[in-house]
Amino acid sequence: MSTVEDPQLSGDAAALDVRDLEVSFHRRGRRLPVLKGITLKIERGQAYGLVGESGCGKTTLAMAAMRYLASNGTLDNGRVLVDGQDVSELSEEALRKWRGGKVSMVYQDPTQALSPAMRIGDQLAEVYHYHEGMDKKASLEKAREALRRVAIPDPDATLRRYPFELSGGQQQRVVIAMALAVNPQLLILDEPTTGLDATVEAEILDLIEELRGRINAAILLITHNLGLVVRLCERVGVLYAGRLVEEGPAKQVFTDPRHPYTMGLLRCVPRFGMNKTDAALQTIPGTLPALGEPLEGCVYSARCPMARPVCMRREPDFFAWPGDGPDKGRQEAEKLPPDPAAFSPHHAEPVGEAERHVRCYFCAETPHMPHMTPVLATSLEERGAHEADVLGIDHVVRTFKDGRKQLTAVADVSLNLRKGETFGLVGESGSGKTTLAKCVTGLIPPDSGTITFEGGVLKSTAGKRSREALRAIQMVFQNPDSTLNPAWSTRAILTRAVKKLGGAKAGSVRAKVDKLSADVRVEPRFLFQKPTELSGGQKQRIAIARAFAGDPTLVVCDEPASALDVSVQASILNLLVELQTNEQTSYVFISHDLAVVRYISDRIGVMYLAELIEVGAAADVFSPPHHPYTEALFSSIPRLDFEEQKDRIPLRGTMPSLSNPPSGCRFHTRCHRFLGDICVNEVPPDQDVGDGHTYRCHIPPDELRRLQTAKDQGPAAEAEPATAG
Amino acid sequence: MLRLIGRRLLLMIPTLILVSILIFALAEVFVPGSVGRSILGPYVTEEQVQLLNERLGADRPIVVRYLSWAGGFVTGDWGDSALLKVPVRPLVMEAFWHSLLLAGFALVLIVPASIALGVFAGLRRDSVLDRTITVSSLSMTVIPEFVSGVVLLYVFAVWLKWLPVTALPPDGSPFYTRLYYLILPAIPLMFLELGYIARMARVGTVQVLSMPYIRTAVLKGLPRSRVVFGHVLRNAMVPTVTVIGSQVGWLLGGLVVVEKLFNYPGIGRLMVEAALAHDIPLLEASVLLVAVVYMIANLIADIVVALLNPRIRMGG
Repeated sequence: MSTVEDPQLSGDAAALDVRDLEVSFHRRGRRLPVLKGITLKIERGQAYGLVGESGCGKTTLAMAAMRYLASNGTLDNGRVLVDGQDVSELSEEALRKWRGGKVSMVYQDPTQALSPAMRIGDQLAEVYHYHEGMDKKASLEKAREALRRVAIPDPDATLRRYPFELSGGQQQRVVIAMALAVNPQLLILDEPTTGLDATVEAEILDLIEELRGRINAAILLITHNLGLVVRLCERVGVLYAGRLVEEGPAKQVFTDPRHPYTMGLLRCVPRFGMNKTDAALQTIPGTLPALGEPLEGCVYSARCPMARPVCMRREPDFFAWPGDGPDKGRQEAEKLPPDPAAFSPHHAEPVGEAERHVRCYFCAETPHMPHMTPVLATSLEERGAHEADVLGIDHVVRTFKDGRKQLTAVADVSLNLRKGETFGLVGESGSGKTTLAKCVTGLIPPDSGTITFEGGVLKSTAGKRSREALRAIQMVFQNPDSTLNPAWSTRAILTRAVKKLGGAKAGSVRAKVDKLSADVRVEPRFLFQKPTELSGGQKQRIAIARAFAGDPTLVVCDEPASALDVSVQASILNLLVELQTNEQTSYVFISHDLAVVRYISDRIGVMYLAELIEVGAAADVFSPPHHPYTEALFSSIPRLDFEEQKDRIPLRGTMPSLSNPPSGCRFHTRCHRFLGDICVNEVPPDQDVGDGHTYRCHIPPDELRRLQTAKDQGPAAEAEPATAG
Repeated sequence: MLRLIGRRLLLMIPTLILVSILIFALAEVFVPGSVGRSILGPYVTEEQVQLLNERLGADRPIVVRYLSWAGGFVTGDWGDSALLKVPVRPLVMEAFWHSLLLAGFALVLIVPASIALGVFAGLRRDSVLDRTITVSSLSMTVIPEFVSGVVLLYVFAVWLKWLPVTALPPDGSPFYTRLYYLILPAIPLMFLELGYIARMARVGTVQVLSMPYIRTAVLKGLPRSRVVFGHVLRNAMVPTVTVIGSQVGWLLGGLVVVEKLFNYPGIGRLMVEAALAHDIPLLEASVLLVAVVYMIANLIADIVVALLNPRIRMGG
């Protein structure tokens, strides 16, 4: 390593040592603190997870370690030491060598992280050139090696490709290869799998896990996905409003959370297997304080269900846990005069050698933290779901032209949806979920096949449909920003929707708008604001209210909560469930988050390469016997439960092209239960498991159940060719 | 890439036909008065006008006239000037070469300077330097060229006598002398274009600098020069190149004021004179030529953009 450093500092120094770090941004002459007294340490070879909602300062912490704060950001206090070296003391040239040499980073959106006009090979090679002074030939050779290390198929061809020619997962592999090029001491992963498909996410995680054994870098994992931390990290820190509120071994923190915020985060996430009929998701009331908002006492007290007067009086220290620190701290705080001037702006509590720390006076009581949302049980029967179908999709086909190639995005899909039912649609990107949804809403016409709605055949495009049909079928999109007109107030948006869809009389429009906003729990004062002034969760609520303006029969939800933080996601899901219970609405619910789909759906359909390969009740689809693809998807979910980590079934290869799908069973090129010629040559039948559960595979239900419940889930070779072939 | 160029070239054919129809229609149909009358003036008899119209073929149906004109243009017979009674082609071409030299010279001065200033300002966004560049280039843009031209003429040619008053050197002057004579006319053009192109380059740079891949480039430990030249410039130049392409046409055909001011026999001046004199063949030929050059300039800009952006290149 050619990094400039003080040799006596290295050796036993921690990979990352952050001491009492204070960072603030400056806006219009005001100093807005982002990070307040952060102290944490990552030992060599250790993986540390940093969690918290967006806006808590996670990425700012990473950027401080890189000394790459935004131009209006300043490091006010504290030190960041990487491998014993203070980052702020580096000269410009040393800093350059440091970045990418000692510390490197993997970013959230791989499709944006690579230079679009430069070949992959050149982007990788320049790291070797500028860090190790290699010439072009040698650095390209190293680049090839690096690509091999991250298991990119055909590294030679990839070297010559441009980023846009690679899939998101492959781009992320390239970014990882780049980050590991010069053997860093610290690897920062900033939401490395957010936005990737579940199976691709699992692949990237496998890769990171596998690489961990071979590199000596410590890892700082920044994520809002608690499941990732469980899988990768030994320790975890929970960040709230720029404060570290809890820290400790990941397993302890997640199985026995002691800060109410950690507890709240954990309760927000639907555990896999949980369904809306079992329990409502817990939410965290209120919202994250705005940047620079003055906070008295504990940063979390405003949202904490356990908060007491003393919490507002003085901010708790970062107490060692277990221990008597919290009690002593509380007693001391209670002795203070009830005078706001007496608030001592103190930080810099020494972090002792204790394993766990919690910033709460009442952490002993956290396990009994009251539940905030009433439990809400609505079984399909209670909801009054009728046997009559609301929606029937019959042999729908939709193709697209890509240059001279013909892509089949939806290939002969048939399904039905009952009144008051939620049909979950899962599958990787490009499987045809959204195209099918657009056919239902009439945004694009199907090439062939019919869609029936409440007994009548729907016209192919929205333009031809009756006003009544338009009212009855609505859509909620992933990104409310692009659904809501930014120039209008939310009241205007809802008023227009009510007039257009509801056909309400002039006098009742106002009342209807008020009722809608009350139903989606948006306070009246927000109705006078424009969408840009609302938070992501509020915007999505307005988008939902808009869709419900005409009392729709069917709402197509395309990833409605995917872009939101877990606590907001939980409240949106609860809202959808509640509206369904009250209004008997049917949903088609598209998501790549299987736990969410499992939670909200009554029935689930799995799509692969434009085909619907499995349909059944939510619980049935995710338990054996089920399609090998569903089995693989199911195994790829990062779980919160420590004991229940299943062996993942990696999917082989990449998704084949839609323009030239594999013959026979479309999944045979990647199937781990591949039987042989029959899969290649013959289109599999829809196997009937009963109760409306069918899957498209050559392996019959009994055989598949035996294979999938066997203790050692054997590879394909074990699967006897029981079927006639 | 070749497919892209081929396709764009093919696309030029219908565009050219459309443009030629437009020019023809505007010049022949909507200019009041018959051709013969505009040549002969108001003091001749109607018979004489008819006679001339017949001789010139101006009495034929409009479609026939268009086809014969367009066909002539393609084959190199651009007709005779109605006023000067000489073939149009050499006349237009000479003026065109003059304009091309002036425009080319101006571009050579403008493009590197404005890109450099724009990128420099973009890299130091919101600094004093950025503000200075942005404000001063913008204020130069709003000064009309006849104002800046007159001031420059007065200061450098009349008062200081550093540069010649006219733009055209005596016949037989070597190339560098011709360029020397063009310095003064080129400066007002530079004023006009500099602000525009520099602002495009600045916006492009600022935008690219905020992209996540630039953060990747910085945080992988590349020297600043490598970040700027390897990652920023290439992507930042795309909108600028398109703008430059569209300015070439203007520089060639829109130099009326500067050419007039500096008494330079370029195509802009020729067009104005042809229009004022109702010399339709001359006007048509000059305008069509400028249109062709404009299209070629845009094609070149598109090719450069494709070279900069592999996505466009390969999508070709």
